[in-house]
Amino acid sequence: MGTRNARIGLILFFVYLALYVGFVFLSAFSPDTMEATPVAGINVAILYGFFLIISAIVLALIYGLVCDGNDAPGSAPTDVSSTGTEEGSK
Amino acid sequence: MIYEPSTIAVVIFFLFVGVTLGISFWLGRKAQDSSGYFAAHGQIPWFVNGIAFAGDYLSAASFLGICGMIAFYGYDGFLYSIGYLAGWVVALFVVAEPMKRLGKFTFADALDAKFNSPGIKLAAGISTLAVSVFYLIPQMVGAGVLVQPLLGFDHWVGVVLVGTIVILIVVTAGMVSTTWVQFLKGSLLVIFSTILTVMILNRGFETPDKARSNLMGGAWVSESGIEGLEDVYFQKLIRSYEDTFGEFVEPEGDWKLHENLVRLRNRDTGKITVWGISWEQRTDKKYGVNLRPAQTVKVLEDGTQLVNGEPKGTKKGEPELDSIGLVTRLPNGKTSTGPVGPIEFFTILQESTVELWRSVVITEVDGSKLTVYYRKDTPGSEILRPGEHPKFKGIRGDEFLGKLNFLSLMLALFCGTASLPHILIRYYTVKDAAAARKSTIVGIAAIGFFYVLTLYLGLGAMTSGALDVTDSNMAAPLLARSIDERLFAAISAIAFTTVLGTVSGLILASAGAVTHDILTGYFKIEMDDAKKVRVAKIASVVVGTIAIVLGILFEGLNVSYLVGWAFSVAASANLPALIMILFWKGVTKEGVISAIVVGMVSSLTWILLSADSMSKIFGFTDHEGFVPFGQPGIVTIPLGFLTLVAVSKMTSKGETAA
Repeated sequence: MGTRNARIGLILFFVYLALYVGFVFLSAFSPDTMEATPVAGINVAILYGFFLIISAIVLALIYGLVCDGNDAPGSAPTDVSSTGTEEGSK
Repeated sequence: MIYEPSTIAVVIFFLFVGVTLGISFWLGRKAQDSSGYFAAHGQIPWFVNGIAFAGDYLSAASFLGICGMIAFYGYDGFLYSIGYLAGWVVALFVVAEPMKRLGKFTFADALDAKFNSPGIKLAAGISTLAVSVFYLIPQMVGAGVLVQPLLGFDHWVGVVLVGTIVILIVVTAGMVSTTWVQFLKGSLLVIFSTILTVMILNRGFETPDKARSNLMGGAWVSESGIEGLEDVYFQKLIRSYEDTFGEFVEPEGDWKLHENLVRLRNRDTGKITVWGISWEQRTDKKYGVNLRPAQTVKVLEDGTQLVNGEPKGTKKGEPELDSIGLVTRLPNGKTSTGPVGPIEFFTILQESTVELWRSVVITEVDGSKLTVYYRKDTPGSEILRPGEHPKFKGIRGDEFLGKLNFLSLMLALFCGTASLPHILIRYYTVKDAAAARKSTIVGIAAIGFFYVLTLYLGLGAMTSGALDVTDSNMAAPLLARSIDERLFAAISAIAFTTVLGTVSGLILASAGAVTHDILTGYFKIEMDDAKKVRVAKIASVVVGTIAIVLGILFEGLNVSYLVGWAFSVAASANLPALIMILFWKGVTKEGVISAIVVGMVSSLTWILLSADSMSKIFGFTDHEGFVPFGQPGIVTIPLGFLTLVAVSKMTSKGETAA
């Protein structure tokens, strides 16, 4: 699992995990915060919820842009069909 | 409600389903060997696979269940949307690429890549079967729910119809046509949900005349407090309406427990009607009391349904329950808003009041049970916050267990997606790890966009005036019907293909588990390619038949809640093994097997012992269950990890990890 893609993946995973945990804990332990309406009369629950969905999409796109084509580690068994490289170009 | 099929709706429905299936068969006609049958030769283009991910994943629970939950309880349904999407982050960033590199047909392959142990194949195969069957139940229930209003068939006809079509798809063409069904359905679902959302925004909100005319009592009290007032005011109110509506019936038995409900007897006919009382604070010192008709359903011993005391009709105009879902007050005393923007939509709703409906089952003095549906005026600010649904009420209380139950569910949703066998097999339908990654990104974009729409669809349904008070699963299709009959047919057809797509994926995953993991992998039964495909087809028919039976048995069970359980089982059984194999060198095959078995057995046992199962599955109402809260994830997922580490440590002597 030492590949570059895996490392990038883990970093992005922890970024998102922090956001998600923030949402869940806020909902569970400070429900009143979720009711506050800081922007344009929309409450935190909706703002944070939409933010989570959008950040999942954005992080996924970042991952797609930053990753190498097929950086299979040499030691891992490689599927016969996974030798194609034409998808690797960005 | 009485559902009358309309010709145009039926025509559009069959057109949609027919064309989708036709295209899928045509595209999938060539897949005959086992690699084609299980994995579409790994030749599905990544974009198509990505949308097929969406089609596979956005099941009846997402579309019907979440929209229904939002329509009846507000924001809480959206928590599922958030959790379901979050799981994809795990799938993309952690699982996707190694999964693709390690496996061939099923996720047991990937778990087993290092060890080549029949035991792992067997355990993973069984857990695939368990999760798939659990996940199949809500899909089949959803199918039955859909066919009822559209075609006027009974629940079981819908279930059998879906089951038969799916078995047909899976048996004739396997993964290729399943992928195309899922691709078409995924695209259609996202496109039509967008259209529907635009129409909701375009319609805006209005307070219909119906909302005002339902306010039978609306007199004023000008006292500063409400304490001690209820009785006095209540009597006054009733007296002032006795002439019009009938005389007050003294509460007896169960009725005494429900002070918000009163019964009035008509002086001429002697007929008793049930009314709901609600208090509302208009200004600091003024309280209004509303007396509005409730709706009741009683099922007699011979099976006849009494609706508001009269036998339920079969045609329009005969006795039936009223459709529900009204805004009772808009901000600044407006009666309609006209078209609203996507942000304004929430701003306005936040300041409005919506009439939600709640139900209670009352045991009458003669022992018969009466279900009463009554109105509950709810401020928009409460609708748009988490914690209104009974399942989520815990987060607004002080008890730690209620909060833990919520955390447990959100953890299971987060961990569950990447452990669902029917999602994992889709990594083998593309040609390499890069394509697996790209298709996951496409999937996340499509699914995320759809989940944003669910909030609009659900809240749009809540205020559409078209809902069936007895069935939240019908919210999305009925919302479409309130806009346009043809749109209703299209949405129902899409929802139906939604069920088809997901069920096909599940049955294929099960068939793969039986043939590839259990029979070939564990029992070492030698099969040539043609025989493998034949056995898989037989397995598909068997699993499909089981699904049909369960779908009929579980009619009326809450669709999204069941899916939450399927996620818990998947996450507890599969995730520990999957993650640890990727990140820890000390894993042994005994560790993997025991983690799968312990995770699966503990989560299933927990679910069966919970209060919800006691009342909904075994029929013991009010039983508290044998576990402290309903969702097992927060206990059983860590338990799976612990088991894996402990057993691996114990068995690692003399073995060196590859």
